[in-house]
Amino acid sequence: MTILDLPEAHSLHAKQHPPAHEDDAELTEKTVFGFWLYLMSDVVLFATLFAVYAVVGRSYAGGPTGKELFDLWFVLAETAVLLASSVTFGFVTLAAQDNRKTATLAWMAVTFAIGALFIVMELYEFHHLIAEGAGPTRSAFLSAYFALVGTHGLHVFTGLLWMIVMAVQLARDGLSATVHRRLGLLGLFWHFLDVIWIIVFTEVYLIGVL
Amino acid sequence: MADHKTEHLPGAGASLHHYVRGLILSVLLTGAAFALVMTGALPRNATIFVILALAAVQIFVHMVDFLHIDGSLEQRWNVYAALFAVLVVGILVGGSIWIMFSAHERMMPGMIMTPEAF
Amino acid sequence: MNPLLGKLTLEEIPYHEPIIMGAVGVALLGVLAIAVVLQRYRLWGWLWSEYITSVDHKKIGIMYVLLGLVMLLRGFTDAVMMRLQQSMSLDPNPGYLPPEHFDQIFTAHGVIMIFFVAMPLIVGLMNIAVPLQIGARDVAFPFLNSLSFWLTFSGAMLVNASLIFGEFAKTGWAAYPPLSQLSFSPDVGVDYYIWSLQISGIGTLLTGVNFLVTILRMRAPGMKMMRMPIFVWTAFCTNVLIVAAFPILTVTLALLGLDRYVGTHFFTNDGGGEQMMYVNLFWAWGHPEVYILVLPAFGVFSEVVATFSGKPLFGYKTMVWATIAITFFSFVVWLHHFFTMGAGANVNAFFGIATMIIAVPTGVKMFNWLFTMFRGRVRFSVPMLWSIGFIITFTIGGMTGVLLAMPGADFVLHNSLFLVAHFHNTIIGGVVFGIFAAINYWFPKAMGFRLSEPLGRASFWCWLIGFYVAFMPLYVLGFMGMTRRLNHYPNPDWQPWLVLAAVGVAIIAVGILCTILQIVYSVWKRDQLRDTTGDPWDGRTLEWATASPPPIYNFAEVPRITEIDAFANMKANGTGMFVPGTPYSDIHMPRNTAAGFLMGIFSLALGFGLVWHIWWLVGLGAIAMTGALLVRLFDEDIAFIIPAEQVRETEMRRLEGVGQP
Repeated sequence: MTILDLPEAHSLHAKQHPPAHEDDAELTEKTVFGFWLYLMSDVVLFATLFAVYAVVGRSYAGGPTGKELFDLWFVLAETAVLLASSVTFGFVTLAAQDNRKTATLAWMAVTFAIGALFIVMELYEFHHLIAEGAGPTRSAFLSAYFALVGTHGLHVFTGLLWMIVMAVQLARDGLSATVHRRLGLLGLFWHFLDVIWIIVFTEVYLIGVL
Repeated sequence: MADHKTEHLPGAGASLHHYVRGLILSVLLTGAAFALVMTGALPRNATIFVILALAAVQIFVHMVDFLHIDGSLEQRWNVYAALFAVLVVGILVGGSIWIMFSAHERMMPGMIMTPEAF
Repeated sequence: MNPLLGKLTLEEIPYHEPIIMGAVGVALLGVLAIAVVLQRYRLWGWLWSEYITSVDHKKIGIMYVLLGLVMLLRGFTDAVMMRLQQSMSLDPNPGYLPPEHFDQIFTAHGVIMIFFVAMPLIVGLMNIAVPLQIGARDVAFPFLNSLSFWLTFSGAMLVNASLIFGEFAKTGWAAYPPLSQLSFSPDVGVDYYIWSLQISGIGTLLTGVNFLVTILRMRAPGMKMMRMPIFVWTAFCTNVLIVAAFPILTVTLALLGLDRYVGTHFFTNDGGGEQMMYVNLFWAWGHPEVYILVLPAFGVFSEVVATFSGKPLFGYKTMVWATIAITFFSFVVWLHHFFTMGAGANVNAFFGIATMIIAVPTGVKMFNWLFTMFRGRVRFSVPMLWSIGFIITFTIGGMTGVLLAMPGADFVLHNSLFLVAHFHNTIIGGVVFGIFAAINYWFPKAMGFRLSEPLGRASFWCWLIGFYVAFMPLYVLGFMGMTRRLNHYPNPDWQPWLVLAAVGVAIIAVGILCTILQIVYSVWKRDQLRDTTGDPWDGRTLEWATASPPPIYNFAEVPRITEIDAFANMKANGTGMFVPGTPYSDIHMPRNTAAGFLMGIFSLALGFGLVWHIWWLVGLGAIAMTGALLVRLFDEDIAFIIPAEQVRETEMRRLEGVGQP
C-alpha cells in the first residue's frame, strides 16, 4: 500500500474509537519541560530587549532622562505588588496540592487582583510619561524603555487572561490532572515574570537614575 | 501533600516555608538595592556593581524558593537549559555591548553617545 | 485611508506589470488545477481528514516538504529572472527588469529561499524521520506540530499575497534600516516582510520546543543519547539553536515594526536611533540560522553515507562532539557578517578567529564521511550521489568561507559576488543537496513507493553541473570587483561570466524539471515502485523497521535498544521483523483537530490586516485565533484508542505482505 491508496487508514480513524487519556505523569513531565524550554526562549527574548536598552539607553535625543522621569518610590511600590502576587500564587500552588478547590480559586482571585493592580500602576506610569511628552516616540531611550517594560507588562497581562481561563476551567472541571498541570505552568510563568522584573527594576530604573 | 497528579509538577517541592523565606529575602534584597540608590551612599560604579549583585542573588532566591529548582535528577535538563540560556544571554548582551561600543568609538565626534552602557 | 480597507485600494493590484500578472496567473492556474483534481476525484474529505486536520508527524512532515518544494519554484523563478537580467544589462542596455522590480526580486528570492523553502524542508524532514528514528509514536506535542505547520504556511501565503496586492520589500532579505524604515520604504513591502516572518517564526519556535522535548523525553527504552542516530543528534542541536536564536529575530523585527507603525526610534536616523544595532541583532540570529539549516543536512549525509557504504558511520562520537562544537561556536561568530561595519580591530579579530575555528569540526565531519566510505561496499544510489556531490561542493564553499573569515580579505570581498558565490556554494552544496538526498532516501518510507532512479540521477547531474556553471563565474566576478544586487553594470568584462552563470541556471532549471518529472512519474508508476518490505536500502536505523508508509502509530511495540544503529543490529541478530504472537496492546493516539489549521488561517487574516492597516481585520483575526485556541484548550476529547486487536490485524497484514506467515 502506498500513502496515496490507503483505505485502511480510515479504519484507524479517530471517529470510530473510544476516547483515551494519556498517562498523566508522562504528559505532565513532558509539558512542564516543554514550557520551561519556552520560558528559556523568553529569557533570550527579554535579553535582546535588555541589550537594546543597554545600547540606546542613554540616547536621550535632547529629551528627558531617566533621572528626570523615574519615581523610584512608585517603582518600589510596583515591585512590592508584583512580589506579593508571586507569593499569593505560591498559596494557589499549595492549595491545589492539597486539593482544596475553593482555596485555590480564592488565592487565584487575590493574585489576579494584585496582578491587575500592577498593570494599572504601570498604565498610569505610561500615561503620565506620555502626557509629559516622554512617550516612546520621543527618543531611542524612551522607545527602548517602553518596549522593555511594555513587553513585560504584556506578558503579565497575558498571565491575567490565563488566570481567568484557569478559573473557568477550575470551576467547571475541578482539580483534574489537566487543571493541575496547567496551574503548574501558569505558576512557572508568573514566577518567571517576577524574575524578569528584578532585572527590569535594576537595569532600567535603578541604573537609569544613576 | 503532592499526590500522583501533582508529584511531577513544579510545585511539588513547595511548602509554605519556601514562600515565606523567599518573600523575606526578596524584600530585604529589593529594599537594600533601592535604598542604596535613593540615598546615594556609595559612589556610582560601586552602587551599580552592588545592585547587580543583589539582583543576581534575588534571582537565585526566586529560582529556589518560587520556582523550586532543586538540582534533582528530574530537573537536570531544566537546569542545563537554564544554564545554556544564561550562556547565550551573556554572549548576546555582552557581545552586543562590546561590538556596539567599539563601533561607536570609531564614529565621528558629535555622533557618539555617552560612554556609560548602564 | 479607508476604515474598511485601510491602505488597500484597487490600484495596489499591479495590473500594468505584465511579468507580475503573469506570475499571479500561473499561480492561480496552479491552484485551480489542484482544485479541479480534488473535485473530480472527490478528495476534499480525504484532504481534510488525512492532511489538513492531521496531527501525525508523518503527514505534517509531508506537508512541510510540499510547501518547501512549491515555494522553491517561486524562489528559483526569481533566480532565473535575476540571471537573465544581469546577462543582458551591460550599460546602456537597461535589461527588462526596472530597478524597483529587480530589488523586490532579489529580496523575495532570499526571503523565500531561507524562510519558505529551506526551513520548511528541513523541518519537514525532521518531522518525518526523528520520531521514527527514536522509536516514538509521534512528537511530544502533536497539536503544536500542526499549528507550527499552518503558521509557516500562512507566512508563505502572506509573501505570495504580496504578488497580488501591493509589493514586496526592496531592501534585500536582511532588511537593514534606514532603507527598511518608513522614510525610505513607505510602501507595504517591508510590512509584508515583517509579518510573514513573525508569524512563521512563532511556528518555528514552537517546533524547536516540540522537538527538544521529543528527543530528550521520548526515546525508546535503552536509547541513550550516545546511541541515537546521528540525524537525531543534528536535529537536537538544530532545535537548540532554534529555541535560542529565534527570539532574537522576533524582537528585532518587532522593533523595526514599532518604528514603522508607532514612530519609535530604535533604528531611525534621528531621535537617537542606532541602525547598527539592527545589523548586530539580525545577524546574532542570522548566523545560528544558517547552522539551523545545515546541521540536519549533515545528519542526512551521515545516515546516507553509512547506509550506502554498508558500514557503521566512522567516528560516531567525534561526529557528535563536532556537532556540539559547531552548535556552540555558531553563537560566537555573527559579526563576520558585518566586519566592514566599523568595529575595532580587536572585535574583528576575535570574530574572525572564531569563524575560522568553526571550520575545524566541519572538517572532522568530512573526514569521518570519507573514512566511512573507505573500504565500504559503496552503492552509488541517488542519495549517495547527492552526498558525494555535497562532499566536494561544500568543501569548496567552506574554504571560501575561511577566506572571507579574515577581516582583511573580507574588507575587499564583502557584498561582492564572491560572497554571493560562497553562501550559495554552502547552502546549495550543503542544505539543498542534503534535502534532495533526504527526499530520495526517505520518500519510500513516507509514501510507500520509491522515486524513479534514472530521473533522480538526471536531476542530480543537472544540479551538480548547473551549480558549478552558475556559481563559479560569480567567484571570478567577485575578484573582478562586481558587487551584488546590481540591476545594471558598466564593465563589459563582466558580461561573459554573467552569461555563463545564466547558462548554469538554465541547467539547474532542467534539474528541477527532472525532479518534478521524477515525482510525477513515480506517482504514476507507484505500483511498480512499491516498497513492500519497508527497508528498501538495507538501512541501519529504526525507521526502516516499520512498514512503508508506517501505520499511524509507527511501532506496534516500542523496541528496546542496546546499541547504535539499532535496526542494523536487530537484523544481524535475526530480530528484524517483529515476531507474530508478540502480545499487542491498545495504543493511545491523538485525535485530528482543525484548531491548528484554523489558527493558521486566522493568522493570515491578522497578518494581512496588519500589513494594510485594516484594523478591524486585525482585531477579528486575533479574537478568532484566541477563540480557536480556547476551544481547543477546553476540549476534553483529544485522544483515542486503537484497540490491540486492530493493531494485531494491521501488523499481520504487513507481515503477510512481506512473505512472512
